[in-house]
Amino acid sequence: MSPLAMASVGQAPEVTVSRDIIRRGLIIAPLIMIIAGVIWGLTGAWSAGLGLALVLMNFGLAAALISWAAPISLALMMGVTLFGFLLRLGLISLAVFLVRDVSWVSLPALGITIIVTHLGLLFWEMRFIAASLAFPGLRPNAQEYPSSSAAETP
Amino acid sequence: MEAIAQLIAAEMTPAELKNNAAAASAGYAYGLAAIGPGIGIGYLVGKSVEAMARQPEAAGMVRTTMFLGIAFTEALALIGFVVFILLKFA
Repeated sequence: MSPLAMASVGQAPEVTVSRDIIRRGLIIAPLIMIIAGVIWGLTGAWSAGLGLALVLMNFGLAAALISWAAPISLALMMGVTLFGFLLRLGLISLAVFLVRDVSWVSLPALGITIIVTHLGLLFWEMRFIAASLAFPGLRPNAQEYPSSSAAETP
Repeated sequence: MEAIAQLIAAEMTPAELKNNAAAASAGYAYGLAAIGPGIGIGYLVGKSVEAMARQPEAAGMVRTTMFLGIAFTEALALIGFVVFILLKFA
């Protein structure tokens, strides 16, 4: 049987990962906005909030698309991941184009927040996941990060 | 080609030429920055599917790693996008 005809059933680890990232993003949101506000003023603070919201939406949408497609088939998951990349990039572009001339938006603040928060939250999460995978005994919550789930034919 | 360039230069002010060059550069920056991550994500997901097919019991770990890999690869496209908006609009 072709591997593409298989499906990955069971728990959806990407949902857990993205939920974790979103939770951490919301926790650090005030700090990010204060830092941006100190550097760029009030417009910078609002732009940082918008940038962070776009990043968190991006993670959430990516996880939702993969967790929807994976139990159906791995082929659909491949397609959804690639077209999802295009879709999410398009949505971020659209959001930025819509607010580019708005008075309360500072584009440098928005752009830098998008890059810094995206990479920062990823490294933060990766550090936790790497530790969980390397030392399963130290995993804070074994049910949250399953090391395996079944991949079955539909 | 040179004649066309001279014709364009003759009809445009230096400021217009600069704006046009910035717009073209921004477009190239965004387009080229999206190609690499596109290839990367395709390769990454393809290999992940292969891994899940070979070792179904490790699918959870593979999906976790795949998701993080996709997000890291996508960061390159986001950097290209930010360079684009800064060149074009800032």
